[in-house]
This record gives sequence, structure tokens and C-alpha cells, in this order.
Amino acid sequence: MQPQDLLYAKTHEWVHVREDGPDRFATIGISHFAVEALTDLVFLELPEVGRQVKAGESFGEIESVKAVSDLYSPVTGEVIEVNAGLPDKLETFQDDPYGDAWIAKIKITDEAGLAELMDHAAYQKQCAEEGH
Amino acid sequence: MLRTKSNAPRKAIRVGESSDPVDAPPPRGLTDIMPYIANTPEDQRAMLEAIGVASVEELFEAIPPELRLNGPLAIPPALSEMELTGRIASLAATKQRTTEAGCFLGGGSYDHFIPAVVDHVAARGEFYTSYTPYQAEASQGNLQAFFEYQTLITRLTGMDVSNASLYDGGSAATEAVLMAISATRRHGRVVTAASVHPEYRRILATYLANLETELVTVGTPDGTIDPDELKAALDEQTACVLLQQPNFFGCLEAAESLVQVTHDAGALAVVSVDPISLGLLKRPGDYEADIVVAEGQSLGSPMSFGGPYLGVMACREAFVRRMPGRITGETVDRRGKRCFVLTLQTREQHIRREKATSNICTNQGLFALRATVYLAALGPQGLRETAELCLRKARYAAQRIASEAPLQLAFDRPTFKEFVVRTTNNNVAPLLAAAGEQGFLAGVPLGRWYPELADCFLVTVTEKRTKGQIDALAECLQSRI
Amino acid sequence: MRNTRATKLLFELSQPGRRATRLPEPDVPVVPLAELLPRESLAADPPPLPELTEPELVRHFVNLSTQNMSVDTHFYPLGSCTMKYNPKRNERLAGLPGMVDVHPYQAASSVQGLLELLYELQQMLAEIGGLSAVSLQPAAGAHGELTALLVAAAYFRDTNQRRLKVLAPDSAHGTNPASAAMAGFDTVTVKSTPAGFVDMEDFVAKLDDSVAVFMITNPNTLGMFDRQIAEIASRAHDAGALIYLDGANMNAILGISRPGDFGADMMHFNPHKTFSGPHGGGGPGAGPIAVNETLAPYLPVPQIVRDGDQYRLDYDRPKTIGQVRSFFGNVGVLVRAYAYIRTHGPHGLRRVSENAVLNANYLLSKVKHIFAVPQGDRCMHEFVASAARLKAEHDASAMDVAKRLLDYGFHAPTVYFPPIVPEAMMIEPTETETKETLDAFAETLFRISEEPADLLHEAPHTTSISRPDEVRAARKPVLSWQGPA
Repeated sequence: MQPQDLLYAKTHEWVHVREDGPDRFATIGISHFAVEALTDLVFLELPEVGRQVKAGESFGEIESVKAVSDLYSPVTGEVIEVNAGLPDKLETFQDDPYGDAWIAKIKITDEAGLAELMDHAAYQKQCAEEGH
Repeated sequence: MLRTKSNAPRKAIRVGESSDPVDAPPPRGLTDIMPYIANTPEDQRAMLEAIGVASVEELFEAIPPELRLNGPLAIPPALSEMELTGRIASLAATKQRTTEAGCFLGGGSYDHFIPAVVDHVAARGEFYTSYTPYQAEASQGNLQAFFEYQTLITRLTGMDVSNASLYDGGSAATEAVLMAISATRRHGRVVTAASVHPEYRRILATYLANLETELVTVGTPDGTIDPDELKAALDEQTACVLLQQPNFFGCLEAAESLVQVTHDAGALAVVSVDPISLGLLKRPGDYEADIVVAEGQSLGSPMSFGGPYLGVMACREAFVRRMPGRITGETVDRRGKRCFVLTLQTREQHIRREKATSNICTNQGLFALRATVYLAALGPQGLRETAELCLRKARYAAQRIASEAPLQLAFDRPTFKEFVVRTTNNNVAPLLAAAGEQGFLAGVPLGRWYPELADCFLVTVTEKRTKGQIDALAECLQSRI
Repeated sequence: MRNTRATKLLFELSQPGRRATRLPEPDVPVVPLAELLPRESLAADPPPLPELTEPELVRHFVNLSTQNMSVDTHFYPLGSCTMKYNPKRNERLAGLPGMVDVHPYQAASSVQGLLELLYELQQMLAEIGGLSAVSLQPAAGAHGELTALLVAAAYFRDTNQRRLKVLAPDSAHGTNPASAAMAGFDTVTVKSTPAGFVDMEDFVAKLDDSVAVFMITNPNTLGMFDRQIAEIASRAHDAGALIYLDGANMNAILGISRPGDFGADMMHFNPHKTFSGPHGGGGPGAGPIAVNETLAPYLPVPQIVRDGDQYRLDYDRPKTIGQVRSFFGNVGVLVRAYAYIRTHGPHGLRRVSENAVLNANYLLSKVKHIFAVPQGDRCMHEFVASAARLKAEHDASAMDVAKRLLDYGFHAPTVYFPPIVPEAMMIEPTETETKETLDAFAETLFRISEEPADLLHEAPHTTSISRPDEVRAARKPVLSWQGPA
């Protein structure tokens, strides 16, 4: 996936929405900017498959040596799949943040949250501001 | 309404020494005779000049005058080392010391023997005057000792991981319960039993008072938990069961069945153990406990009227990131040399703040060190022999003291180093007082915590008690009853 | 010279059959174990502990001790930890048999002296804090915070007030919000001004009738006395909230200003800091709390009471929160605090704070020429310097400076705290250091600031290890020795 084609949450998660008939599915990861800011990652806690999450709710955690960050779901729905091998291959976040380092897939059940997501340009602007 | 009166005239504190002149004239200079302050009047002048102020008083200008104390503190005047020694030595001259006729008190604090090597190591200034190893390069002594401590605790308990210690056995039990609530995400209920140390249960109730979790206590009229009763107390929202092995009455619980019943309900088993008993008894890891806690005072620390002690905590690997307290890990330095650091710090309050696993920010480093030296000094055989001596002497004592009415054993259950004696003519207080007159610390009355056991007291026998002391106590009790 | 070979683990030194202790033969009749305990409760073998002789143990641990920096051996200006000298008389007195060979359930009549000491300590702490009642039970400062918040919660419950929020400044120790969460409160963060003072506007905006407690550290974590404290307390009280004072920095104001007099309703002491109890490599400490009269009924049990000339432990206090720790508390630490306070008396305690503040200001006056001290020219007992310029111009961080200090035989200051100062180095010299030591420390900081960045990045060079790989430690945790059992 190309970063330009994705949507972003204020909290640095990226979202790719795929439509399949009436259903919509979101794939979620964290941006390259977030990976760089967190530095040496040491631990990832994935959400449980089957869990109902609300947009903006914490559904996992990612840790570096000196910091811990919540992962917030950018959408509302049910977790249908997680990248189970990822916690053992944290270097993937560096190598391929928008591809192999996807974290979870969520079946969207409600519009909530979708409207607040940014496109790539808006997100770039936010990162530039935070970088100072 | 809640404000205290500012600077109201204060009454002097009355202390034991009657001749205390509370308002002694203020000593001369800034340094006068304080033994730990180095600044001479010359130093002081030079320092004030470098700072650019005329007086020390000026350095306190940030404190508005109305918030200052307008006179000396109303505490007793300074004592020289000689006077202080006299004062504290006189206060320390207790009527009964545990070393004389023998201490038969227990209930979570035990008179076990402490090898001299423990005191020797713990008295090293490099250990006891250092702090939490924030700078690993300047703290390898502590860090390696904590790593050894963690390894010893995992080997003692049969668990996967140990932290670097908590405050004491009681608060460690509560921390374990909070950890189980967080790990299971079950906030509804926590189950414990009357056979768990009543103070530990009270701590747990105190911590849970403002949280939504309900605390259910299973009764133990026969001295141990009935697995069926435990089963009935568990529900789908039960996070864990807190049990104690051997329990507060000294009796052995059917730990394996209890853990099984707990797991069947999807709850975690938190087991509080007597570390000395693990020289003989199955390790909690052997019967699938999830979190193990213990009062580590038995491992080389004195009773000291209740503290400082050592909170032992170990758990299964799966829960390590939920564990409170400091944890030491192995790694390598830049030259590839093995070394040790504080690790998994993102669990802790200085990073996670209100979402931390606990508010604890230190361990009981010096007492973890004591336990490390103690366990290494005993070794496997020494620990087994200590446990065996406790068991044999306690059983002998039970037989001698409670073989016939009006003194008898309260519970018909296998025991380790403690047992409950019932006085069928119900005169616990005068009996223990009379034994006290003879110099015996004979037992802990149970009525304070268990109204139904008001006619009972708990007797403890460690490896330090001799047959002579036990015989003498038995005779004393039988003659006084 | 250091014994560099002495880093094997106990388990690697172990040889089957060695032992350091021998126990007496049983003097009671010996029956087979199987007759005493059910077979299924017995372990097949004792736990796999290491096997060593006493001389091996002594050499092992004594060599390990030499790999620590400590107050006995080094200047230890670790900000907010008050690493002052630990008097040896306190160690001897706290180790008297009448202090250590005492069981917590002994009859009160047999420990009157010890109870008298603890009672007197309670009164002295109440006087020093300017508050009415004390509980000696909490085992550490953070434990004291939690206990006080549980007391506050009980008070509000008892008076039918529903207050669920605790306010704490963004510069507060992490224990403050963590303790609040454990006591069932939600924490709301109050902003600080650049000098670390409470942002009054933000405070007032967040203060309403749902606030239970405002937790404040004063002097604050930058070592500055917040002179707004009386107004803060008055506004909090008008809103029905309580003021909790984190007593971590009491070393600055002993006998000079009392928390109770500037509006605190409750506070904790850190006897291991302020009253010289040794830090023990991380503990034990103690965290006694003092509260005002209104809150006294909610304190944990037991309390020591005095009936005529007799002291006893009182458990019968209907409004008590209960207990936060087993038995009485960290008595050994409290005895040292008692010895310390009695050694100083009222004037001596004031001298302690005067000299702690003098030493800190003197060191500040020297350090400010090397590193910026954003808070200005004055401090209380500690100050926070910033290595931001060194970082920008020289690519060396506060951590590099900290590590390099170790090479020169100084323990590092606290670094990266408080977070409101970039590249923070929090320096607390304490009153027990000499002017010569402070001069040498300042000179060393200057020297380090002139050293090549590469040298600093690789520091320390002379300690028993170089910088550890913390990422590896956290990513694949090895928390116990993995060799054969």
C-alpha cells in the first residue's frame, strides 16, 4: 500500500478501507512518523479477534524501552483478524510500516470516526507541526 | 473547615525524659555542632558571596513570611551520640525478648535463625547506602544481586518469573489480586478464604474499597477450604482466588484441588506461601498456581516488630507485563559483556502514570539482598533441613501442649510449623498472660480476628526452638490452665 | 584495584555438596516424614538452590558490592532522592536486640519502650508537618500517597460527597497519578508555568465540586517554593477539596515552614530521604502520613495511643480505612528517623534545611555558567539544569553527561525529570556534602562540557561495564538465570 492512498487518525494510526458488497473492512497500522518517534520498539499488544471496538478506543499497546503508547482504533466495528506474527517481528515496523506491519482488520459496523480521518496531505501537515 | 490553624502557639511534645528543656537557647552559628554538616562559618561566607546574597535567610525569600514558622519546632532538643544511645537503649530494653524463653509467636512474622553472613553482607555501605540502580554502570552490584534474587525466587516457587520484590507479604498479596483483575479483565469479584492471614485480607479489602470489585470470603470452620464451597463462590466475573499454603492456622490446604477448581471457573490462582515450607512442600509452580506471593521476612530478616519486610512475588511468564514493581533483566554492554539492567520499565508509574500496573516505584532492595544471601547460605539441603526441623518440632510441641483437655488442637488437619490450640475452658487471655509472666511468648490469640475462635491461640515453632523450651512451655501452659 | 573476575553468578559458582550452614540434629523424636504430612503434599526434591561455602559467599557479595556507587563511597547528587549521609549511630541503634528481636504480636506491655519511641516519633512528625495526626504504617512514599488518598476517599464517602477527581500538576512524580488510580480516582492534569509553578488559571478552571484532592509537591520538582500555595489551598478548600502535599522535598523546609501551616490537609514524609534512613539499593523506606484533625479518624489501624503512662495499639477505630500493610509498619526505618530527629533537635533540623538550600544555591551559582538553569538564579534544596545547548551545539545529551560523571567518580544527577525541562539534570547536593566536593563536581561538569562528543557518547569508560543494551533486555526479557537447575 502507498501512504498517499491511506487515511490517518490524529493519533498516528493509518487506515485502509476496502468495500466488499455492502460490507466495509478497515486495515489498520501505524505511520512511519509514529514508528520513528517511538524509536526502538520492544513490545506490541494486539487486540483480541472478535472484540467490538469504538472509534477512539484503545485496543492495543506498543512499547519502546522508555515509552508506551496506546493504539487507538480509528473506526468502530469488530476485530476480525490480527497480524499474529508481528509481535515477534517488530523490525517489520521499520521495514514496511504500510504493508507487512499491518496490525488488525476491523469490520466496520458504524460510521462513527470515519469522518474525522485525514488524508495524506492533512496528515503530513500535522506531522510537520508535531515535529517541532 | 479543613484548614489547620497557622502558627498557633504549639505545645511542646512530652517525652519520657522529664528534664527536657524544650526551649533550649538556639546554638551559635549555622553549623554549630551538627555532626553531619560540614560548612564552617568561612565556607558559609564564601558560598553566600558566590551566590550573591548577604545571608542564608535571603535564600528563603521565596517563602512568604506569613507561611514561615515563627519560632523553633516544638520537638525535644538535640542529643549527643552518647545521650541518644542511652535514650534508645533504654527504650529498647523490653521486658521480653524473643531470644530468651523462646518465641512461639508467628502468624506471618517468624523467629528463624539468621546466619551471620547475611548481616555481614547487608552491612556493606556500598549496598545499603546506594539507591535504585538508575545508572546501571554504577550499580552492577545491586543489579546482579537482584537478578540472583529473582532466579532464587523462581527456583523456590517453581514459577517462571519473579520481580525484584515488593513491600511485604500482605501488600504483595493485594498487588497480586490487582494484577489478576487486570490480566483477566474481570472486575466483578475476588474470592478468598477465612484461612488466609486476616491482616492480608484486611489490606485487600482496604484497597478494594473504592473499586467496583466485590470481595467474597469463604468460611473455613474445619481449618481448611472445602473445594466445593470454593466452587460455589466462583462466578464468571471472578478474577482470582487468593489462598494461603500452609494457611494462617498452619494447616495444609488441598492446594491442587483448589487451584483446579479456580481454573475451571476461568479465574487465576494467587497463592501466598511460607517460603521456608518450600524446603519440603510441593512448589506452587508444581500445582499450576498463576501468581505466587510470600512474606520474605523468614528468609534472613529479623522480626523488628513488623518491618521492614520483604514482599515476594512470582508469576507465570504470560503475566510478566502485568507484574508490579522493579524487574531486573540480563543483557550485554557495548563490548558484549553480560550485564544487568532494570527492564520492562514501561509497566511502571514514571512512564505510564495513572495507567501503571501499580504506584510502586522501589523495591525492598536491601531485604531482597538479605534473602539472596540467606538462600545461598542455606542451599537446597539447608532449606530442607530447616523445614524438617520446623515440622518435627512443631508436631512434637502440638503433641506436648495439646494432647489432653482443657488444651486441644482446634483442627484435625496436617500442619507445618504452626497449629491452633483450643482452651476448652476458654481462658486464652489469662493463660497467655500467665505464660508471659514466666517469660514465654506463648501464642497469638485469635479472637481479635475470629470471634468464633476466641477460645483459641496460634502456636508457632521454628527450627530455633529447643526441646527444652517446648517442654517448659507445655508444662507452663498445663500448670496455668 | 577491582576484582574483575568476580561477576560469575551464584549459580555458576555452585558445586554439588558444598554448603555454608549446618543445622543441629533434631532434638525431638524423629518419625518418617510420610507419617507427618500427606505424601502428595511433599516435593520430591528440595528447590534447586546454589551450593556454596561461606567464604565463597562472602567474596562473591563483597566483590559485587564494590561495583556499586553509594553515599558511603561517592557524591550522589540524585535529584529528588535526597541522598544524604546515613549516620552510623542510627544503624547501630536500630540493630539493638530490643529493636530487632521483637515480634509484632508481642503483648504491648512487653514493648512499652518501643511503643513510646514510635509514639514520640508520631508527635514529632505531626509537629514538623504542622498537622494533627500521623500514621506510621505506609511502607514507602508512594504507599503513603495511596494511603492518604484512601483516607480522603473514606472521608468523602462518610460525608456523602461524591468526588471522583484528583488534580495533579504535569510536573508531578508519576506516583501521584498512579496512586490516584489505585484509590479509584480519575486524575486530571493541571498545567505548570515554565518555572514549574501551578498555572493558576488552569487550576481554577479545573477546580469544581467533583474534585476530591489536589496533589502538590512543594517545594516542587524543580526545587522551587510555589508561593501561590496559600491561595491554591484556600481556593481548593472553598471548593470543598483537600490539599495533599507530596513531602518528597521536605529537606528544604524543616523548621522553616510547615505544610499544615501553608494549607496542606494531608502529606507524607520520606524518612529515607529527609531523615537519613539509608536507601538500601531501592528500599526499604517508609512513608508515614500526617493529616489534619478532621481526617484523623480515617487513618489506618493500628494507632498507638497513650493511656496514662501506658502505650497500646488501638485497632478499635470505627471510621478507619483498614490496613495498607501487615503489622505496624517499617519500624526499623522509623527508629532511624527517630534517631536522626533526636540528634538534631529543633535548631539542628533547621540547620539541615538551611545548609541543604545553601549547598544547592552555591552549586547552582557555579553550574549556571556551564549549563543553563531555566528556573533562574535561586532554588531551594535542588535545581534542574538543562543540557539542551550542549545537545544542540555539541551533540552530547544529558545522558552522556550523566554517564561521563561516573568516570570521574560522581554519581549522576537525575536525568530527564521533570519532563518540562529539555535535557534535564536534576541536582540535589544535600547538606552533608562539603564545599570542596561541590567545587570538584562543578569543575568536573565544566571539564565534561569541553570534552569531545565521541568521548561522551561512549562513556562511561572506567566502570565495571559500558552502556547496557536496554532494547535487547526489554525485547527478549531474560529475568532469571537460564542455566541447568
